[in-house]
Amino acid sequence: MKALLLRDLRLAFRSGGGFGLGLAFFFLLSVLVPLGVGPEGGTLSRIAPGILWVGALLACLLSLDRIFALDHEDGSLDLLATAPIPLEAVVAVKALAHWIVTGLPLTLIAPGLAIFLNLPPAGYPWLVLSLLLGTPALSIIGAFGAALTVGLRRGGLLLSLLVLPLYVPTLIFGGEVVRRGAEHMALATPLALLAAISLGAAALLPFAAASAIRVNLR
Amino acid sequence: MLSLSNLAVARGGVTVLRGLTLTVAPGEALILRGPNGSGKTTLLRTLAGLQPPAEGTCDLPADSVAYAAHADGLKSTLTVSENLSFWSRIYGGPAIDPALRALDLTPLTRRRAGELSAGQKRRLGLARLLVTGRPVWLLDEPTVSLDVASVAMFADAVRGHLATGGLAVIATHVDLGLPEARVLDLGPYRARVIQSTGFDEAFT
Repeated sequence: MKALLLRDLRLAFRSGGGFGLGLAFFFLLSVLVPLGVGPEGGTLSRIAPGILWVGALLACLLSLDRIFALDHEDGSLDLLATAPIPLEAVVAVKALAHWIVTGLPLTLIAPGLAIFLNLPPAGYPWLVLSLLLGTPALSIIGAFGAALTVGLRRGGLLLSLLVLPLYVPTLIFGGEVVRRGAEHMALATPLALLAAISLGAAALLPFAAASAIRVNLR
Repeated sequence: MLSLSNLAVARGGVTVLRGLTLTVAPGEALILRGPNGSGKTTLLRTLAGLQPPAEGTCDLPADSVAYAAHADGLKSTLTVSENLSFWSRIYGGPAIDPALRALDLTPLTRRRAGELSAGQKRRLGLARLLVTGRPVWLLDEPTVSLDVASVAMFADAVRGHLATGGLAVIATHVDLGLPEARVLDLGPYRARVIQSTGFDEAFT
């Protein structure tokens, strides 16, 4: 399993891998929104939590179809399905690799980009914490969507349509944590729900995704 | 030991082969022959456990199988040794050097898989079988794009595998230089395709 994680990370960081795509998108969005909205600080502060979370979500979405499609094209998915590691573990490891390549870097650069959006200072720790808790859910739900659409032609479009509604709760609670944090309000409830989504997704979806892959490989 | 009883396999919901009953003992190789579309790949995928049998039983523990498909499962941005050591670690870490030597890949270890020729890629794909350490090899057209010398090298690898008590099921059109192997023609097992009888049926 460690071997699979290392291979996926190595592939992502080599030329032609997916690293940087989501990050660049997130960066562009955070730079362009202030230019589009205008210099009025109050407006920017109010929309900053939402924009940052929507940006992180779309950045995650960009690289989802690579999770299984590449392995399916070159035949490794068939070989992994007959390998000694259970397919459930393959899904979990690949979701983890996706998170390390997209979710974690997004979390780390988010405070820097929040400056562009004039996020109130009290919001910074909550922005990092909410992304840290919420982006794993984005990767795991995304891996599930990728498993459902693996092997389909133009599966990417279907994948986005399938996954977006599943991303909505994460987005709502994630944005809410940052907004409440920035305004010094109580935020234990959205924070707990955000963590619950991530934990629930991590516990259940690898099994669902593995059976989807088994059906798709037939 | 591989044993099939009255096995039927289906592709896309249509049964392509039925009534397969046979056993392959350790140390034995079985060569599947049949025209394109006769169900060789479907049969191998069923044996590998990638799809369930349509009928009958296939007695083969899933953890004894090493499957080699048309695609080699190589990552073009990884080097030859990175590709092979990945699979070796997945299968519990046997050394990759004997496998590299057996298929004459030692001079290429530091090349990226994307820069290899088609035949070299195929050899790397076959070297993967040697690091799996699994007793049952299921090979789908293993000699595609191999030259004569490489086919001989591959035949030696199969023979070495059989000598250690392994068994192999190989779908191929080419003479592999394995005269001791049993040949199974899939022709008699083809499921009859029900042909549509045309427009007239609608008017009767």
